[in-house]
Amino acid sequence: MSKEPIIVAQGIGKSFGDFKALTDVSLTVHKGERVVVCGPSGSGKSTLIRCFNGLENHDTGHLTIDGAELYEDAPHIRQLRQDVGMVFQQFNLFPHLTVLENLIIGPMKVRKLSRAQAETTARKYLERVRIPEQAEKRPAQLSGGQQQRVAIARALCMEPRVMLFDEPTSSLDPEMIGEVLDVMVELAQTGMTMVVVTHEMGFARKVADKMVFMEVGRIVEISPPETFFTNPASARARMFLDQILEH
Amino acid sequence: MPAANRPLTLKRVLNTPAIAITLYAAIVGLICFVSYTGAQNMGYNWQWYQVPKYLYRFTDDGFQAGEILTGLWATIVLSVSSFALALLLGLGVALLRLSGLLVGKGVAVGYLEFIRNIPLLVLLYLFYYVLGPVFGLDRWTAAMLTLAVFHSALISEIFRAGINSVPVGQWEAAASIGMSRAQAYHYIILPQSIRIMLPPLTGEVVHLIKSSAIVSVIAVAELTTVGRNIISDTYMSFEIWFTVAAVYLVLTLILSFGVSAVERRFQPET
Repeated sequence: MSKEPIIVAQGIGKSFGDFKALTDVSLTVHKGERVVVCGPSGSGKSTLIRCFNGLENHDTGHLTIDGAELYEDAPHIRQLRQDVGMVFQQFNLFPHLTVLENLIIGPMKVRKLSRAQAETTARKYLERVRIPEQAEKRPAQLSGGQQQRVAIARALCMEPRVMLFDEPTSSLDPEMIGEVLDVMVELAQTGMTMVVVTHEMGFARKVADKMVFMEVGRIVEISPPETFFTNPASARARMFLDQILEH
Repeated sequence: MPAANRPLTLKRVLNTPAIAITLYAAIVGLICFVSYTGAQNMGYNWQWYQVPKYLYRFTDDGFQAGEILTGLWATIVLSVSSFALALLLGLGVALLRLSGLLVGKGVAVGYLEFIRNIPLLVLLYLFYYVLGPVFGLDRWTAAMLTLAVFHSALISEIFRAGINSVPVGQWEAAASIGMSRAQAYHYIILPQSIRIMLPPLTGEVVHLIKSSAIVSVIAVAELTTVGRNIISDTYMSFEIWFTVAAVYLVLTLILSFGVSAVERRFQPET
């Protein structure tokens, strides 16, 4: 794994009104690295990764993506988002378009690829997420797990350099979580840089290079998974792990 | 509970088909009777046989539209052009209001409050007697602009509600694949809002067609003006106003049925 940093957050802070969502958060993600962010709800995990593609603007500190400082400027952020894929908890597929159209609209309208080129890429990724036969269906005709896999394929079609996952399995029925995680594990094996907010600790153990534990808007602990799961440095992380692992 | 065992309520009695139809016929009959006897008592001379020639005539040249059909056509052209302009204006105002710019919002809200709080008739006078001479607008243009501006206010609110009804996640998904705001509107947001906006927009077209009658006060030669002109020649006010009302009714009913057919096509497949 190369040690070149791709996301560098230095002391970033973010408030919504009086509520401090992030306080002095610093984190470096290197190329090819898989980072899993966990922590209790309301700890700022989602806000943090939403900052990484400019869906939220950080108020203080510095954030650079692949060497470029992220600042509040529409064309600049748009340019950056093409390289940073995002998968949402609620899938957010476009309901009025077919699966295939969901996948090709970004490459065609944003990357200005021809329809043929975009379709070739789209079919490749549909194959990768194992639903090539659903290309002509609408999102509403698919199961939750299938929809989330389409959402992953949609992000991949933009050929991003980093993939962000914001609790990708949290709104899925239990029996569909596995199929989505399998796709994510395979993606990790291709060497994709990934930042994943999740409570799926089995997945984290399997793929994470780095565990990040957050609480009330701060990073409490950054450890390699072997340390994090067996002997976390912070008492708070130990408590959190006890709570979610005993089930 | 089997139907036969249910207690016989007044509602159930009134809803039996035979009684319901009889009652309905009685009410309609009563209205016709009162109008007819009322007209008889004032010595009104019904001349329905005169009416068809104002609708159409067959001459040696074949079918010819009468005054009323010509007026109807003018009403349609006026309504369609005003509505098209109102859609553009309404979309512009809605986008300004949603732009997130204070100036945009200020301009949009000012426009809405100004238009919504002036009577349509006064707005028409403003366009015809004030802006008309200033900008050299003829009566047709003044009428079209008045209707477009008046209805753009409500239409912009319909657009705004439709756009706001699309979940914020759709914006975020569009943004996350690098789309600009304009692209997100074009490819993602507006196509989804159309289904929600269609029913109230239909209502607005019907409303516009009906309010277009008001331009007869500046003598634009549309359906209502034509009706008034015929009456001043023939004194057949009952027949002509009934006919004009029926023509408006047929026009708006056809439109409503047509749009509900289109709406069914926009229902999402599941």
